[in-house]
Amino acid sequence: MSRYLLKRILMMVLTLWIIVTLTFSLMHMIPGDPFASESDQLPEQILLNLRAKYNLDEPLPMQYLLYLKSLVMLDLGPSIKSETRGVNDMIKDGFGASALIGLQAIAVALFFGLLFGTIAALNRNTWIDYTAMVMAVLGIAVPSFIMAPLLINYLAIKWPLFPVATLTSWKHSVLPSLALAFGPLAIITRYMRTSMIDVMNQNYIRTAEAKGIPTFLIVIKHGIRNAILPIVTFMGPLIAGLLTGTFVVEKIFAVPGIGKYFVDGIFNRDYPVILGTTVFYSAILVLIIFLIDLAYMFIDPRIKLSSRGR
Amino acid sequence: MAVDQSVNELFRPRAQKADGQIAQMRPSLTHFQQVTRKLVRNKLAMVGLTLIVLLIAMAIIGPHLVPYSYSDQSLLNANQKISSEHWFGTDELGRDMFSRTWYGARISLIIGISAALIDLVIGVTVGGIAGYMAGRGKKGDRIDTIIMRLIEVLYGLPYLLVVIMLMVVMEPGIVTIIIALSATGWVGMARLVRGQILQLKNQEFIMAAQVLGAKFPRILLRHLIPNTIGVIIVNLTFTIPSAIFAESFLSFLGLGVQAPIASWGTMTNDALGVILTGDWWRLFFPALMISLTMFAFNVFGDGLQDALDPRIRE
Repeated sequence: MSRYLLKRILMMVLTLWIIVTLTFSLMHMIPGDPFASESDQLPEQILLNLRAKYNLDEPLPMQYLLYLKSLVMLDLGPSIKSETRGVNDMIKDGFGASALIGLQAIAVALFFGLLFGTIAALNRNTWIDYTAMVMAVLGIAVPSFIMAPLLINYLAIKWPLFPVATLTSWKHSVLPSLALAFGPLAIITRYMRTSMIDVMNQNYIRTAEAKGIPTFLIVIKHGIRNAILPIVTFMGPLIAGLLTGTFVVEKIFAVPGIGKYFVDGIFNRDYPVILGTTVFYSAILVLIIFLIDLAYMFIDPRIKLSSRGR
Repeated sequence: MAVDQSVNELFRPRAQKADGQIAQMRPSLTHFQQVTRKLVRNKLAMVGLTLIVLLIAMAIIGPHLVPYSYSDQSLLNANQKISSEHWFGTDELGRDMFSRTWYGARISLIIGISAALIDLVIGVTVGGIAGYMAGRGKKGDRIDTIIMRLIEVLYGLPYLLVVIMLMVVMEPGIVTIIIALSATGWVGMARLVRGQILQLKNQEFIMAAQVLGAKFPRILLRHLIPNTIGVIIVNLTFTIPSAIFAESFLSFLGLGVQAPIASWGTMTNDALGVILTGDWWRLFFPALMISLTMFAFNVFGDGLQDALDPRIRE
């Protein structure tokens, strides 16, 4: 097992390196330049100096090595567009807000998704099931950029329960979290229903019923544990995505998170920001996918991921 | 021997039946026949199928039912409510919403369905191979590792960069959109299928198949995938609407369909402002169509899942 763990950790570093390398190449292959908007206004010499400041005058392989060198020391470099703040500061300042909203959204989506999905599966083809299904369809068909203004209109303006814009108290985080939670909630409900129906038809559930165990306990002890696997799989990219913020919801609710850097960095061709946000997101993603592979074995001991070890 | 005699009395040879009677009992059905029979009996699934057929039919004939084309502007008639002139109202440029909605259906349905099909083929194959190979010797582990790390790389790469790159290389249009969506779209399906197969492959029925000498492709196609069909179908029903919305995002960036052409995604996007102005029909119809499409594929998918599930027998 320890050998497997060690191997996976090395693999994670390797994966991150490949992502950085590919992003670096892609980023320099696309047309555009960080100083494209200033190039007509500034004199030639200033532009050259600016390029020199950010090592952009070096040949690409050199720039790449310089970046890797600072990355190893966990320095994500300066932001070209913001003169005072480096990429590390941007992430440090914004990650808390993004992560708070993301975590709350995940908690809401997971709890209610599992609950609704299980209830729908146990009451299959009744009005309860159909209600859950219609909700799931709406949750997907109404994207967050429509859900967010609707939430603001009804829960903040017409019926002022929660404040909107910025993030100065916990109350401010409720609406953005809800707006983010609807989509995943619907998806989790749907997966849980399907997978629970499948599990409840298995022989071991019949055995448990024959032993006289109450339905509630069967669902808790045998049903959920066997049915939750697709949701665990789905949670990986979801957690990584929500923790690192979302562009649309943070924009609508004016949350000071890091979601905007992922998009702005690319539009501004702010190379260190593109690489920094990618590394940060990928590191979280790779780590969570690793934890999820471990969780597979914990949830279902029948699962064996490596031939050696265990 | 009294005992033997009584036993012999209890067991009498059964009268011979006329030939052909056994054959009459139940005609043997192929797998496909069984599936279609179960599917046709499922009323809700048939409602879904009818809706899908209707939506596709309207996408074909809808724009021809009204005398306006999807791009005819008439600023005097901007933001008209629903009327006998304009069945779905008009948008901010006075374009007929009925015509635009069904014209948009063509684009959105083609994109949604092709993205789902590509996800299905690539995702299920790759995920199936990775899941089956994991834990199956050194070579198997290596195959699983390589596939899963490739998936992580595709997840990690900034999607926008990939899209801009595609913009540089290719011309905007439906084909480019479908490529942009499926380039990274299949990874979700692959991970899902792998997870399910990891859980299934150590169960008794797979062992039985292996003992009987079944080879890998047969085990994957006949035993593992049919037992994974539930989550595959749920994933597909989600791919369709998310592809429809992703298209609007790509169109917004300039990679998607060009301006006068309508799609449900771009129509929804354009109509965001109506929450303030109250011209609800501009948001309602494209959103309704996306919801109807989702609903139709959902209930049809549910029925298909029941029909394909090897454990549920009549």
